[in-house]
Parts: sequence; C-alpha cells; structure tokens
Amino acid sequence: MKIAVSTSGNDLNAPLDPRFGRAARFVIYETETGTFELADNSQNLNAAQGAGIQAAQNAASTGAAAVISGHFGPKAFRVLSASKIAVYPSTAATVREALDLYAAGKLTAAQDADVEGHWM
Amino acid sequence: MQIAIASGKGGTGKTTLSVALAQVWDGPVQLLDCDVEEPNASIFLSLKSQTEKRVFVPVPAVDSARCTGCGKCAAICQFNALAVAGKTVLVFTELCHSCGGCARICPEKAITEVPFSVGTIRQGQSGNIQFMEGRLDVGRAMAPPVIRAVKKAADPKLPVLIDCPPGTSCPMITAVKGSDFILLVTEPTPFGLHDLTLAVETVRLLNIPFGVIINRSDAGDNRVVEYCKRENIRLLLQIPESRKIAEACSRGESILSAAPELAPSLRNLLEEIR
Repeated sequence: MKIAVSTSGNDLNAPLDPRFGRAARFVIYETETGTFELADNSQNLNAAQGAGIQAAQNAASTGAAAVISGHFGPKAFRVLSASKIAVYPSTAATVREALDLYAAGKLTAAQDADVEGHWM
Repeated sequence: MQIAIASGKGGTGKTTLSVALAQVWDGPVQLLDCDVEEPNASIFLSLKSQTEKRVFVPVPAVDSARCTGCGKCAAICQFNALAVAGKTVLVFTELCHSCGGCARICPEKAITEVPFSVGTIRQGQSGNIQFMEGRLDVGRAMAPPVIRAVKKAADPKLPVLIDCPPGTSCPMITAVKGSDFILLVTEPTPFGLHDLTLAVETVRLLNIPFGVIINRSDAGDNRVVEYCKRENIRLLLQIPESRKIAEACSRGESILSAAPELAPSLRNLLEEIR
C-alpha cells in the first residue's frame, strides 16, 4: 500500500512537515517495494483558504491509503475520511522515522481532526 | 450623493463622526452602518420602528443521484469550497464566494444554488436619519455580501453616509465602492499615520476623491499634518482631544451633545465636499 507523508524535503531523511495542508510536498512511500515518489503540494503554500481540502485531494489522487503528518484540521480530515484514507498524526522528526513508527504499529489513526483550521 | 467614512486604523472615530454628520445633515439622510462585523452606530441613535430581514447568499447543493464525481466543480472553484472524495462531492459552504461557477460547469446539472443565511439587515428611523445596519452572523467569515445587501437596501435617490469597517481589505473596499467622496478619519500617532497611508493608497487606486480628518488632533504629534502636506491631501478638519466628548461617547451620546460647537464645522465640511 501507499502512504503519503508531508515533508519540506525530497527524501526519506527529510523532516516531517507538521503542517498537512501547507506542506510543500508528500513522500509517497510504497510499503511493498520500499520505494517512494514525490507528490507536489506547493500550490497550497500561499492559498488564501482551503489548503487542507486541496492537499487532501492531492494525497487522494496519489492512491495513498494512509497519510502521516503533524496535524490535521477539520476540513482536511473530512475530505480524507470521505476518501477512506487513514489519518495518522505524528511527532516524528523525519519521514523515515514516521514510516518506521507506522510499520511498528506505534501510530494511532485519528478519529477526528486534532487541531482547528489555521492552527499555525 | 454618497459619502463614505473610512479610516484604515480602527478606533479613530468613524462611527462617532458618521453619526454626527448624519445629525447635522440638512434634511433626510441615510446612515448605513457597514461595519458588519461589529456594527455599533445604533448605540448612538434612538431608533423607532425597526424592521429586520435576513441576508442570504447562494451556495451549491449537490444532487448525489445525478453526480458522477467528475470533479469539474471542484476544479473550477478558486476557493476550494468543493472537494471530490471518491465519487462524492463535499461542499464547504463557509468557503463559498457564491460565484455560481460550479452550477454552470456541472455537465450533469447536479448542482443547484440554495440560499445560505449569513447575516441580518436592520432598519430604523431617528429624526432626519434613515438608519440601516448590517450584522454578519457569528461564525461567518465573509463580510462583503452583508455589506452589499445593506447598500442595496438604501434608496439611491436620497443622500447616503456610510460608516465603513476599518482596514483596507475586501470589506472596506466593498463599503466605499460607488462613493462620491471618502472621509478618512485618523489620529496623530505612528499607528494612525501608518494605516492612513494604506487607506490613502487604497482610495487612490479606487480613484475616489478623499480628504482627511484628524481626530484627537492634539493627542499626538504633527506627523499626519506633515504627511498630508507632502502628499497634497486635503486636511478637512481637526477635532481636538476632549474629555467631555469621551464621556459623552461612553454614555452612548452623540459628540454634538458634548461639543455642540462642532456642528458648524461639520456643516462647513459637508458644504465643502458636496
């Protein structure tokens, strides 16, 4: 399966971006092969509104079944859950660390948004 | 004749001055409180025979039986108010700017526009003043539709004074639009000058004649006067700091009750810009 992880960098050692909607891109990690691709999300960096909504659609269009980021606002969460994508908030420092925590079963799927919109 | 009272910085005396200008107006005048996020001009007026009506904006409703999830509606929406999740379209009503693009582009005619309540307009009479106020509902983010509704409710054949919201963004621009003259009320402080400068740049872009009023003119320094000179801006009136006026305002009374001597200067000012 594919997992989307928000980041400001370009590889698995890059920092996990704690912002979901306004992350520059997603690492799309394929668990079966251990390979990854990058999905651009930069159109949302300066979006006046609805960055979380757009980011959720971007993540969905990659075919990801789960997303990992620092926090998820209510609108992003609504789109992700309607798209049947599992949502995992994480405090991991890097993309790799987040993926390792996920593989070890140490991340808990969120049942609701964990921050208000525009939390940062 | 439509005169807008704006400022840039909040708390400079727009409302106080708007009410006083309406009170010295020779004949019937309409006073529009367009500061719909916190309308307060009515505090200074004893209003008779008030009426109220709701303000609605059109927002999309999706007929899921007809929707194929093609995503054209979400793609055309510049405000991310629509999202496609699988075969379902989600509507984020509070982000919608009511452009109607989604309903037009939908190939299945699955989207209709339905009314969404965003605020209230209140009207009442106080002496020569026909008063109108817009009030944005708590939790709504977009003031312009309510401001437009207040302005639309006014009689275009009668003179209009508009008490504008502070700032220089969409609400302020919606409020001043169509005015024949803008009065920019400021105070002689660094903050007052900073926001006055932004307001001047904005109204110059809108190409509307304007002038400046300095309120509490002896409470700060000379920087606003110097700025107006430098920029060739008409300095129309200076109202000195006065404890009497502050006390009257705190009791919900017009400044004219505390400083009746201001009435002739306000009448002169109106003569000058009319």
